[in-house]
Amino acid sequence: MQEICTFFENIPPLALDVLWLVAVLILVIAYITVCALLLVYLERKVAGFVQRRPGPYEVGPYGILQSACDAVKLVVKQIIKPAHVDPGLYFLAPILSFFPVLLLFLPLPFSRLLTGMNVNLGILLVLAFSGINVIAVLLAGVSSNNKFGLLGAARGVSQSVAYEIPLLLSTLAIAMMTGSLSFTEIVEGQGGWPWQWNIILQPVAFVIFIFSMFGETNRLPFDLPEGESELTGGFHTEYSGMGFGLFFLAEYANMVVVCSIATALFLGGYKGPFLDGPWWFLAKSWTLLFFMLWVRFTYPRIRFDQMLNLNWKWLLPLGVLNLLATAFAMKFFPVVANFFGFGGAA
Amino acid sequence: MAAQDRPLNGDRLAPTTGYVDNPVIPLPGPVNKFLDLCRAMSIWPMTFGLACCAIEMMAVSMARFDMARFGAEVFRPSARQADLMIVAGTVSKKLAPSIVRLYEQMPAPKFVLAMGNCAISGGPFAFKDQYGIVLGVDTLIPVDVYVPGCPPRPEALLEGLFAVQHKLTGKRFWPVPEGLDHDFLHDAVDVVAAKSGGDKA
Repeated sequence: MQEICTFFENIPPLALDVLWLVAVLILVIAYITVCALLLVYLERKVAGFVQRRPGPYEVGPYGILQSACDAVKLVVKQIIKPAHVDPGLYFLAPILSFFPVLLLFLPLPFSRLLTGMNVNLGILLVLAFSGINVIAVLLAGVSSNNKFGLLGAARGVSQSVAYEIPLLLSTLAIAMMTGSLSFTEIVEGQGGWPWQWNIILQPVAFVIFIFSMFGETNRLPFDLPEGESELTGGFHTEYSGMGFGLFFLAEYANMVVVCSIATALFLGGYKGPFLDGPWWFLAKSWTLLFFMLWVRFTYPRIRFDQMLNLNWKWLLPLGVLNLLATAFAMKFFPVVANFFGFGGAA
Repeated sequence: MAAQDRPLNGDRLAPTTGYVDNPVIPLPGPVNKFLDLCRAMSIWPMTFGLACCAIEMMAVSMARFDMARFGAEVFRPSARQADLMIVAGTVSKKLAPSIVRLYEQMPAPKFVLAMGNCAISGGPFAFKDQYGIVLGVDTLIPVDVYVPGCPPRPEALLEGLFAVQHKLTGKRFWPVPEGLDHDFLHDAVDVVAAKSGGDKA
């Protein structure tokens, strides 16, 4: 024991940081893999139950081995490089869409201590690195020498860029209220019971966040970049095997990230009525994930101009107004603010 | 990108050969068996309906028959992500180049299921002076499983899916429905396997 302690004391602090980061990244990859397998299974089961059929049922008991079989099959499937693609960008795109997602998991507060990297600019980090996914979609569409890929990429970029703005505005309202950009501090500013959560004080921001969440992750009813009826597969039309698998994985990982952020910002994070801890965080974020699947199999896909109109004509003005109202309340009604117990800036 | 771009040297309706490259890393037998099992349990068909048989194909993925139970409900719109091409309907000569191109675009291991009499042999279109219909999709691309009927019942298409699984793993996993001759089913699968060379195309 003594030797082990001295061994760790002799490691320079930088090496310890690197070791810690490697350990965290391994845990994050494990969590993403489990999430993706579970979400694929859940998505197909929810689809089945919504449409009054059993869904995957025969592969393993109740079909639980279904997503594992799919994963193995995708890994061993032939990877095709179509003629006239840009080979570098073509193979860079799926990697670029998946690996930045690992960074997004680092600042998520699973509990007070269970955080990969407790930075005080966590929200900024997540918003900055989630933008890389847009580049990946663009590269995939442009490099694959396919008209559907190109159209899908154009749609993906205009949609993601558009929906990032209301997402930012709704997040900013919370940051202004708490006076911090750190996830842990935002969660600490809320209480355990539902009426102490930020969703009570910022219901408009929550609704805007939910809309933008679907827009950012390209999920139905906003999955225009891969709209099957008109674009076959959109930006990943030409990708087979694990190239497609990585896009798939990134989509599910992004879903988990946005639902976790919504949990931390609006739903009290790891705080719950009894015994704070990561179980509350997981329960809340997975409830939101179930909500996303539920919406997917309930609503049809909307038209592209409708989707952009919803963003530019409704969500954006609403977000700005909400931000102004928040600022007004913070500045001119400190008494009211103190009464509700969020008087950080007052 | 359109099918017309294809160089038209010689007969555009010539059958393609379903040949497979040798594996870069040869895997031991048990590993291959495991991989084949996983492949058999997640056969993603292509969204590819040609005629009325496609209606029965849709019925297979709906509530009453539910192909999702066997992990095969993920209809992929892009040929690059599909494992199984269900040729569901009449193949006209105008469409033939597109079918060949789509087959060539699918990544290996890939399978073709000819659904209905039109796709198998031309069906009601096989008559004198007929000029527009390809008599059997197996004159264009190698076919793994034939599902006869005009159109086949959804149960028949499910049996076709099981035949693809049988071809991959050499085993039928699901109970045989009452009144179905199990031996006949096996013989049919083996005949098809022998006809197409017995290997995975």
